Amino acid sequence: MSRFEISATNLRLAFLADARHVQIAALSTLFALSNVWSDFGAGLAGFAAAFAGALSAQALGARWRSEAFEWRSALVTTLGVSILLRAAYPGFWFAAAFIGIGAKFLIRWRGKHIYNPANLGVVLMILAGGGAAWISPGQWGQASWIAGLMIGFGALVLSCARRLDIAIAFFGTYASLLIARALYLGDPLAIPLHQMQTGALLVFTFFMITDPRATPDSRFGRILLAVAVAGLAYHLQFKMQMRPGLLFALAALSPLTILLDRLMPAQRFNWSHPKVGEPPHVLESPPRRARPGDRPVHVR
Amino acid sequence: MSWKALLGALALAIVPFTSADAFCGFYVARADTKLFNDASKVVMARDGDRTVMTMASDYQGSPSEFAMVIPVPTVITRGQVNVAEPALVDHLDAYTAPRLVEYFDEDPCRRMMTERAMAAAPRAGAVTTDIPWETRARALGVTIEAQYQVGEYDILVLSATQSGGLTTWLREQQYRIPAGAEPVIASYLRQNMKFFVAKVNLQRHSAGGRTFLRPLQVAYESPKFMLPIRLGTVNARGPQEVFAFVLTRTGRVESTNYRTVKLPSNLDVPIFVKSEFPQFYRAMFDTAVQRENGRAVFLEYAWDMSWCDPCAADPLTPAQLRQLGAMWLEPGDDGPQPGPPIMRPQPRRVPQQGGAVDVFVTRLHVRYDRDTFPEDLVLQTTGDRENFQGRYVLRHAYTGPSRCPEMSEYQTSLTKRWDKEARTLANLTGWSLESIRSKMRMDGRRDTLDGGPSTGEKPWWEKMWGGNGGPQKR
Repeated sequence: MSRFEISATNLRLAFLADARHVQIAALSTLFALSNVWSDFGAGLAGFAAAFAGALSAQALGARWRSEAFEWRSALVTTLGVSILLRAAYPGFWFAAAFIGIGAKFLIRWRGKHIYNPANLGVVLMILAGGGAAWISPGQWGQASWIAGLMIGFGALVLSCARRLDIAIAFFGTYASLLIARALYLGDPLAIPLHQMQTGALLVFTFFMITDPRATPDSRFGRILLAVAVAGLAYHLQFKMQMRPGLLFALAALSPLTILLDRLMPAQRFNWSHPKVGEPPHVLESPPRRARPGDRPVHVR
Repeated sequence: MSWKALLGALALAIVPFTSADAFCGFYVARADTKLFNDASKVVMARDGDRTVMTMASDYQGSPSEFAMVIPVPTVITRGQVNVAEPALVDHLDAYTAPRLVEYFDEDPCRRMMTERAMAAAPRAGAVTTDIPWETRARALGVTIEAQYQVGEYDILVLSATQSGGLTTWLREQQYRIPAGAEPVIASYLRQNMKFFVAKVNLQRHSAGGRTFLRPLQVAYESPKFMLPIRLGTVNARGPQEVFAFVLTRTGRVESTNYRTVKLPSNLDVPIFVKSEFPQFYRAMFDTAVQRENGRAVFLEYAWDMSWCDPCAADPLTPAQLRQLGAMWLEPGDDGPQPGPPIMRPQPRRVPQQGGAVDVFVTRLHVRYDRDTFPEDLVLQTTGDRENFQGRYVLRHAYTGPSRCPEMSEYQTSLTKRWDKEARTLANLTGWSLESIRSKMRMDGRRDTLDGGPSTGEKPWWEKMWGGNGGPQKR
């Protein structure tokens, strides 16, 4: 093996060593797609404001909890907030990311976050914004939706294969409800297929409800949560006419994670060991005692 | 990455966002909805769960043949229905229409603005109870929730247990329900929606002495904010066209289940477009629809109703907006009366005296059929108050007699500009570059076409002699 090949392999393994790198790459691509393909897509101003909010909250929280400053989490939340949230003023993006990351440090149960930071931040801004903050789920169009589906699915498999269960359970339940509605109403199947083609649904499925730091540890618990979120989201969207129904449903049901973890305890997720199957061999190093300067694994 | 490096990246990302975009120009023409055959116009005023929908029809046939069947989310009582003056809808249409503006180049030698304003020509009681049909309705599972008359219309609000019963009853009552409508009606009924059915009472229509049908207005309160378009797709007449003018307090309205796209705008086009503006607008819209594979809702106008720049027509007054359903405006909001509304094009108009009007208007243009728009248009109000208008610019070249070194540079820039205008127009409309150039030639743009360079590069003789031959007469 040549010297170049060795360094390329090492680089790839180092990149995959933290699942968030894959998430950042995928979310950045989705952000760019939304930015370029939509007239009302994610904007750079929103991104900059969200990043400033996420970094400030991360810095304050890390100092308060005496943890290392973790820029990857801040960037993942920033991208999630930028892709989903639309607002009249940049302050909303700042506040969404700041509150989302801040809640991660403030609200913990046995060292685990209850809420996905981007989800909580966006929901609170919509509730508090009085019409000045909203989501635009229809802005993707067919081509970018298919691209987004592939990117999201790919990223999930690469970064966190074990969490594919919650994505499939959620998407399966939600899609079944849409199809059942169409069958009940006598509508053509083109309608539920069209209803699934929203970018917000993709980001929600692959990057939000799958958040390993805010979902139950056991597989059965995750599937239960996914089914409950899909059911509530459907109710909010079609019975209550609430457009951000998906986000509201997850935020409302996230505290169930505490109950599900207590009823069905299982091994806690670790960002550095994200896969159930065979992890890259660099991750196989024998366990060692923590040393000063080590990156904490429970930070997100 | 360190803290400082991240903040550095952040600062760089913020830099490009400050841009100023000021413009004026002389308004010359607008393209209103009359350019599109069979286009429906709907004005919606929305505040919270309250909606007022004004439906204008360009129906040209005999009033006896006219009937309107639309799904509504709640039972509509007599007090919730009104008729509006068609002029109000036409005025809103004119105010929001895509517009053509023109600029005149200044003398490149004197750098003094030569403004020549162009005179822009103006462009042109209760329905008699009939026991048998009510009994028949009951037998078919159709409930007549309400029946009354408003203006020249007889109105029924219907619900039904079975779509078959409802379509049978409507057909028996001489309503022409297209084949294929039944599943769509069934879907609406299962969503607990009612049907609002209006037909013209010929006696009252002729007594009113009008030759046209006035727009019908319906007010209701429901969280459902949607435009029912599915019934329009069941007939086989091909794609349908609808213009929705939405009045809100907070900002722009968009579709949440279809892509909303801005109509191409703020582009320089050749001067001959002035005489072909309607054709230009139609071709541009066709091209834009094709580019989106027919699956987009087009934003044509989004503006604070207090002003316009340039004005295709005067902003509507608070009193007019209230008549169109802006229920949040109080009669005291009217301020000093600005006089009769002006439908004539005006240059920039600043916010009205007596304060801003609390109305933001969005104009959406949709071409739909069953394949491209399978479900109804679901709408939402956003907090986005950024102004947008369909605006196309004509730039007149300076043709005066000045002589100076800058003149030759200016003329070279003109050649480049005309070439760009021709390509922009071809790209926007799908018209062939050759036909565009030939029309420009007739317009006097000889340099682009007859032996002159089309890339803006100086001709060889000009390079040789330094271009000191004085201004060319065109």
